[in-house]
Amino acid sequence: MSAFRDQDPRIHGIQTKIRVVPDFPREGIMFQDITTLLLDPKAFKDTIDLFVERYKGKNISVVAGIEARGFIFGPPIALAIGAKFVPLRKPKKLPGEVIKEEYVLEYGSDCLEMHVGAVSAGERALVVDDLIATGGTLRAAMNLLERAGAEVVECACVIELPDLKGRERLNGKPLYVLVESH
Amino acid sequence: MFAGEHGLQGDPRLKAISDAIRVVPHFPKSGIMFQDITTLLLDHKAYKDTLDIFVDRYRDMGISVVAGVEARGFLFGPSIALAIGAKFVPLSKPSKLPGEVISEEYVLEYGNDCLEMHVGAVKHGERAIIIDDLVATGGTLSAAIRLLERVGAEVVECACVIGLPEFKGQFRLNGKPLYILVEPRQ
Repeated sequence: MSAFRDQDPRIHGIQTKIRVVPDFPREGIMFQDITTLLLDPKAFKDTIDLFVERYKGKNISVVAGIEARGFIFGPPIALAIGAKFVPLRKPKKLPGEVIKEEYVLEYGSDCLEMHVGAVSAGERALVVDDLIATGGTLRAAMNLLERAGAEVVECACVIELPDLKGRERLNGKPLYVLVESH
Repeated sequence: MFAGEHGLQGDPRLKAISDAIRVVPHFPKSGIMFQDITTLLLDHKAYKDTLDIFVDRYRDMGISVVAGVEARGFLFGPSIALAIGAKFVPLSKPSKLPGEVISEEYVLEYGNDCLEMHVGAVKHGERAIIIDDLVATGGTLSAAIRLLERVGAEVVECACVIGLPEFKGQFRLNGKPLYILVEPRQ
């Protein structure tokens, strides 16, 4: 599902604000930089509004955001829909007791952590990040929430790179994005 | 200055915000009583109240830039920016921001660290506030102030949820006012 396909009139303004930076962090990668979107208050507000309109009134009590750019979009959505915000972080950043989920990178692996007790069994949750590429990080995030007994209702990202087929790696969970980049 | 001593005396929201913050002893090292704001984020009312207090303070000050220190500054800055119609500018550790950046080094207890900001994000003459979750030594915030001043912005104030009691009264950081909601919990 994507607002891109639905052609909401706000999408064009959002898409044009995203800057592509070639060869970052490594040669060959066309990095989708959302910081330029954050410099445009109207486009940033439209971005949040699109997600809030979709998720308000759907009994979602948890918005989980992936460090660090998920921290920019997740909290405004959580606050507007009446949900709590749960940060999902790289290792050793969260104090106290955590659960960990390892995931595979192109080279090597990484790990995502969530606080024990942040989420209760039966809660309905969203996972938010700025972008989905291969889907590895989002899948790890979903696993953390499901291990705590939550129901992942949907994954929400500003940008999708459809050629990397991340959508297919989400265990059948729906993905909602605002823009696609090929 | 602390909110409870300047304009928000007796405001019940402040106690609820303080109560929602969890103390984790000996993190990241022995002897440190870590002020964990993640429990505040789980309390929708207290989290919203935190942001409302900052928004009410800054909405009519002609602020066009909210700069937030990665990563916990990202949990507060964007919502404030959205509510007051300002842009949000992330200040990040090295190698996180793509494209051209300016860097400011600062001193830690052991060694140095560095904060970066995008070239072109902030224009000369813009009025800015800087947000982080907590101020301790002020090293990170001082580096943030220097970054914004180097591009000609005017730093109106630095705002933190938590601050050490040393920052009471008219204490200024690099000459800039500091606005804090609560003290650390024991």
